[in-house]
Amino acid sequence: MTEIFGIPTQALFGQLLIGLINGSFYALLSLGLAVIFGLLNIINFAHGAQYMLGAFCAYFLLNKWGLGYWWALVIAPIAVGITGVIIERTMLKPLYKLDHLYGLLLTFGLALVIQGLFRNEFGSSGLPYPITKELTGGHNLGFMFLPTYRAWVIVASLAICLATWFMIERTRLGAYLRAATENPQLVQAFGINVPRMITLTYGFGVGLAALAGVMAGPIYQVSPQMGADLIIVVFAVVVIGGMGSIMGSIVTGFGLGVIEGLTKVFYPEASNTVIFIIMAIVLLIKPAGLFGTQK
Amino acid sequence: MHATRKLSGAVILALAAMGAQAQVSDGVIKIGVMNDMSSLYADIGGPGSVTAARMAVEDFGAAKKGMKVEILSADHQNKPDVGSAIARQWYDVDKVDAIFDVPTSSVALAVNQVTRDKGKAFIVTGAATSDLTGKACSPNTIHWLYDTWMLANGTGGAIVKTGGDSWFFITADYAFGHALERDTAEVVKKNGGKVLGAVRAPLNTQDFSSFLLQAQASKAKIIGLANAGGDTINSIKQAAEFGIVKGGQNLAGLLVFITDVHGLGLQTAQGLILTENFYWDMNDQTRAWSKRFAARNGGKYPSMDHAGVYSAVLHYLKAVEAAKTDEGTKIIAQMKKMPTDDPLFGKGRVRADGRKIHPAYLFEVKKPSESKYPYDYYKVRATIPAEQAFRPEKEGGCPLVK
Repeated sequence: MTEIFGIPTQALFGQLLIGLINGSFYALLSLGLAVIFGLLNIINFAHGAQYMLGAFCAYFLLNKWGLGYWWALVIAPIAVGITGVIIERTMLKPLYKLDHLYGLLLTFGLALVIQGLFRNEFGSSGLPYPITKELTGGHNLGFMFLPTYRAWVIVASLAICLATWFMIERTRLGAYLRAATENPQLVQAFGINVPRMITLTYGFGVGLAALAGVMAGPIYQVSPQMGADLIIVVFAVVVIGGMGSIMGSIVTGFGLGVIEGLTKVFYPEASNTVIFIIMAIVLLIKPAGLFGTQK
Repeated sequence: MHATRKLSGAVILALAAMGAQAQVSDGVIKIGVMNDMSSLYADIGGPGSVTAARMAVEDFGAAKKGMKVEILSADHQNKPDVGSAIARQWYDVDKVDAIFDVPTSSVALAVNQVTRDKGKAFIVTGAATSDLTGKACSPNTIHWLYDTWMLANGTGGAIVKTGGDSWFFITADYAFGHALERDTAEVVKKNGGKVLGAVRAPLNTQDFSSFLLQAQASKAKIIGLANAGGDTINSIKQAAEFGIVKGGQNLAGLLVFITDVHGLGLQTAQGLILTENFYWDMNDQTRAWSKRFAARNGGKYPSMDHAGVYSAVLHYLKAVEAAKTDEGTKIIAQMKKMPTDDPLFGKGRVRADGRKIHPAYLFEVKKPSESKYPYDYYKVRATIPAEQAFRPEKEGGCPLVK
C-alpha cells in the first residue's frame, strides 16, 4: 500500500472526506454569519444559539408532533428565522447607529441567556435525535465506510451555499441588498423598503443557522451548548475568509474542515487549535482575510 | 520565675479551654461545591451536586444539632487555573472549610495542591485520576468515589477476560484520559492482551469520526473510550453511525454515567458494559433517596457523582460533629478514623492514602424492550467487593502509606 507521511493513502482519503463533512457545517454556519455581517454590519454572536435552536426545534417537531426530519428541514429554519426577525425588530434595530461592538455584545448576551435557559431545562448531556430512515446505513467506498447521512450533509450544504451565493451575487434581489448596504438612503429613494429588507436578511441568516442545526442533530447530540462549542471556530472561519465575503466563507469553511481533519491524523492534540493558528497567520499577512477587501 | 511558670500554665489552660469552645472556625461550617456547571460534564455533577450537598446537610439534621452549615458553589469551567483561583478565593476570602466534587482530573489535581498548601479539606467525588491517591496523595484529600484504576479493572478487566484482547484507545487529552488509558492498558497487558495504538482527542470534541476511522483502521477488537460525559456520548453515537460495531469491533466505554446513557437513549447505548459504584435502582434506600433527589432536580435522576457528594458531605459532617472542629487536616484524619456508613453506599472506610472504599458494580445497559419504567437502564453483571475494587494501598506509591 502506498503511504504519504507514514499514513496509508486510503486512510488519508477517508480523513479528507471527513474533513469535508465537518467543513460543510463550518461553511453553512459561516455563510449565515457572512450574510448578516456583510449586509447588516452586525457581528451576530447569537448564531451558535440559533443553530442550537434549530436542532431543538427539530427535536420538538419529532417528539411532540411526530413530524420527522424532512419537515424539520423546512419548519425549523422558518420558525427560528421568525424569532430572528423579532430580535432584529425589537433589539438590534436601535443599535444600527452605534458601533459594531454594541450589536456584538447584545447578541452575545442573548446567546448566553438562551443557552442558559435550555441547559436549565434539558441538561448538558443533550437529547438523542435519530437519523431519518431514508438516510440510515452507508456505503463502503473501499477506503472508508461512508454513512449515507454524511454524504447527504455534504451535498445539501454545498447546494445551499451555492444557492445563497447565487442569490446575493447574481440576482436582482441580491443587487438591491448589496446596494442597500453601500448606500441605504439612495436605495430607499428608489422606492425600496430598506428596513424591511434588512430585517428579512437577518431572518434569512438566522434561518441558515437553524438549518445547519437540523442537519447537525442526527450526528451530534441535540444539546444546549452544541452551538457555543462551534461558534468560536466558525468566527475564525469567517475572519480567515474575510468578514462579509460570501464566497470566502464557503471556501474557507470547507478548506478549514479538511485542514482540521488532517490535523486529527498527524497531530490530533492540536486539532482544536489549528484553525486559530491559521487565523493568526492570515491576520498577520492579510488583515482583511483571504477573500476580503480592505474598506 | 515561679510566677511566670504559673502564668504560662494559666495561658495554656485558657488556650485549651478556648480550643474546646471555638470548635468550628468562625462559627460556620462552609462547604464549597465546585464543578463544571455549564459544559460537557454539567449533568454528571453540575447543579445536581449542590442539591445533593444540601440534602446531606438537611438529612444530617445540622440545624437541629445547632451546627450552622453554608454551601457555596462555583463553575470551574474544566480549567485548572480557574479551579485553583476559586479554591484560593474560597479558602482565603470566603473562609470555606472544605471543597467537594471537582470533576475533571486536571482541575482536581490543582485544587488538591492548593488545599494542601492551605491546610484545608478536599473530598473529591467527581474526578477520576488514580494519582490522587498515588503520587499526588495528600493528608488533606480524600478520593471518595471512583478512580481510573477501578474503572480499568472493572470494565477493562471484564472485557479482556471475555476475549477482547486487542485494544485501541480514544483518549481525552488531559490528566484524566491519560490516567485512564495508562491504567487500562496495564490491565489489558496483565491479562495477556495487546494495545495496538491510541489517539489523543482534545477535551470537548464535537466530531469523533476522524478518530473513529483511525480506530477502525487499527483492526483492534476493542475501541476503548478513555473519555467522559459529552465526549463519550458523541463517540458512541458516531461509532454507531460509522458501523463500527456492525463491522465486528466493540466499544468499551471506560467511564459512563447514567446521565450519558440517558442522553444517548437505550437504542444506541444498549449492551454497553460499564462500571459504577452507584445505581439508583439497587435497593429500597437508594430508590427512596433518588426519587427525593429527582423531585428536586427537575425530574433528572442522580448520577453516581451526585450520590457520592451526598454521602461524602454526610460523612464530613459526622466527622466535624465527632472531632468538634472543622480544621482541614484534623477533619480529614477524623474522616479516615471513622468507618463510613450511609444509605447509598452502605458501610465502608477511608484508607490511609485517602481512598474511600466501597463495592463497584459491573453493569450492562438494558435493551429498550427490557426497560420498564423511567431510568430503568442497568442490569448488574457482577459485583466487585470493596477490598478488590480499588488499587491495593501499597501499589499506589503514596508517601502517606507506611
